[in-house]
Amino acid sequence: MNTLRFITAGNVDDGKSTLIGRLLYDSGSIHTDQLGILQKQSKLQDDIDLSLITDGLRAEREQGITIDVAYKYFATARRKFIIADAPGHEQYTRNMITGASNSDLIILLIDARKGITAQTKRHASIASLMGIKNAIVAINKIDLVNYDQSVFDSIVNAFESLKKELAFDEVHYIPVSALKGDNIVKNTNNTSWYKGKSLIELLEAIELNENKNALPRFQVQWVIRPKDEAYHDYRGYAGKIISGRYKVGDEVKILPANITTSISKIERHQQAVDTAYAGENVVLHLEDNIDISRGDSIIPKAENITATQSFRTWLSWLDNAPLQKEKTYLLQHRFKTVRIKVDSIDQLWDVNNWAFKDAENIRLNDIAQVSIRTNQGLVVDSIASNTANGYGILIDESSHQTVAAIMFL
Amino acid sequence: MSTISKHLIALEDEAIYIFREVAAQFERPALLFSGGKDSIVLLHLALKAFSPGKIPFPLVHVDTGHNFPEVITFRDQLVAATNSRLIVASVEAAIRKYNLKEAGGRFPSRNALQTYALLDIIQEYEFDACIGGARRDEEKARAKERIFSVRDDFGQWDPKLQRPELWDILNGKISKGHNVRVFPLSNWTELDVWNYIKSNAIQLPPLYYAHQREVIHFQDKLVATSDVTRAVQDDIVTVEQVRYRTVGDMTCTAAVPSQAVTIDEIIEEIFNTRISERGQTRLDDQVSETAMEDRKKQGYF
Repeated sequence: MNTLRFITAGNVDDGKSTLIGRLLYDSGSIHTDQLGILQKQSKLQDDIDLSLITDGLRAEREQGITIDVAYKYFATARRKFIIADAPGHEQYTRNMITGASNSDLIILLIDARKGITAQTKRHASIASLMGIKNAIVAINKIDLVNYDQSVFDSIVNAFESLKKELAFDEVHYIPVSALKGDNIVKNTNNTSWYKGKSLIELLEAIELNENKNALPRFQVQWVIRPKDEAYHDYRGYAGKIISGRYKVGDEVKILPANITTSISKIERHQQAVDTAYAGENVVLHLEDNIDISRGDSIIPKAENITATQSFRTWLSWLDNAPLQKEKTYLLQHRFKTVRIKVDSIDQLWDVNNWAFKDAENIRLNDIAQVSIRTNQGLVVDSIASNTANGYGILIDESSHQTVAAIMFL
Repeated sequence: MSTISKHLIALEDEAIYIFREVAAQFERPALLFSGGKDSIVLLHLALKAFSPGKIPFPLVHVDTGHNFPEVITFRDQLVAATNSRLIVASVEAAIRKYNLKEAGGRFPSRNALQTYALLDIIQEYEFDACIGGARRDEEKARAKERIFSVRDDFGQWDPKLQRPELWDILNGKISKGHNVRVFPLSNWTELDVWNYIKSNAIQLPPLYYAHQREVIHFQDKLVATSDVTRAVQDDIVTVEQVRYRTVGDMTCTAAVPSQAVTIDEIIEEIFNTRISERGQTRLDDQVSETAMEDRKKQGYF
């Protein structure tokens, strides 16, 4: 099985850190010396505070909050997992976006006593917008509502109607108590009315779409030209196949130059292969000697895609300084970096009220649809049609900070 | 490529991808090479990333003067065999140059002093990216580390100033004087490293495998006797069958009792162990709960 990367999102008191602590603890991923340190840190000496497993930095402990995405690793006999622990504070939404961009699945944690909140909607919307297709709604603290099935059912119903607005392929619902361990590793008698899988069983079973049948896309990351005696004529184009598959003999076009040639050889792990698939690092060799550099795209000739210079995109603003419309920014799409200007802010998404509105500015944590122009052509797809080729980042030219996430429409 | 799991192939792909980004985005990168297993794996991955071309950057070893001699021998053999370029940054030279005080205590660690030699060599060669073998599973402060971690002119790391790292896009743009620490093994665990060593038949310094060694029983740890770690009166000194799970300085790395002489036995041992790599073998992390966070802020790797 491939590794499953997931993010956990919820309000600050929904027990997210406890849930992660529980997954790590029950899967035996916490070492004894780390437990010793946890007990030392915990206010109650004999009781392990599971949330301390993820609250790493002293600066955070002093403030009692999580300020950054922490990555945690655990494995069961069936699968390896990477958890992106993103904080629930609204002012740190940018970390949620970072975590979501590196996840295949989202666990939305809902406090059974509170039900769906504005923050739940916000997190679900962001995950959906960023192309995450799988969601698990974990209705936590089910012990605090006396394991009442009707509470669970009403939250499920509420989320089902919310789901219509989202682009998830699949949503699973589980009643859990992260603190008590109900339905985390195995189902407990406390929720005998729940017949589904436990959280771990579900995480082990979910299959991911690996983009192998998606549109074939490849961008040159690095040109390998050894320039020594043994490899005098060697010229290979190294990169990761973004999506789809590539085959020796494929007729291809080089974009943006729009020159056609064909693939003469594909190397994977220093061995010649006939076909290569999404996610694999390969070195492509072409029939003709063409001047190609980093950032150029190699696409099958029949594909109906060209390099374009104006786009509508989602923009998720991550920087303290707001967007300046008159300023140029750098846009990094994989290995190609171009200059852009935002022509117009088309609409701002008020995720708390699930409504669009007009806006003059885009500030930290805002999500908006904008129209942009680039100084060079980009070969992109919409995030909805081909996630892996539908995103980019915006970089401030003077501070070099990553100021926004871009999802192409 | 023998029997190698899908999961390990994905980790290898990710690391190769990161190496190529470093080569493309930076003017003067360097690979920090300690002679430990993680940096040996790094070198192996770098060779793959640029094959059949050469690795487009040198190796830098921060030599504390307290290294295990067999690690230095191994380092030199590997450098010669891979036709790599090695630059050595000397901590002893930095101690003389800055008149630094050695740490106190029974087995004084030069970890804090390493930073001076590292920052000096970065400045001298104007390195803008230093690639290291740190993993997020090692320690809590590292769980939040970026793949491209920006450091200021003083080599300092501020958790609040780190850039969001979105998808697989790595932003390597930096201001003059700043540099980036790069961690291609971020998502690997200790077990992944060993499984990769096995599946690629990577050679390691012999002290990673169980062997007979004279050790001092210090608190609950075993410290090898050497020129810099001498036994004193009342010490209990015995010869034990041990191996090293991590390889740092002789003064701050403890041996673990082990019968594991093959890689399969080591993997089995790690799989069954209930104590973390650093917790079992490092004498210097447990001084305070936040020892690693403090050292990182000051420019430590």
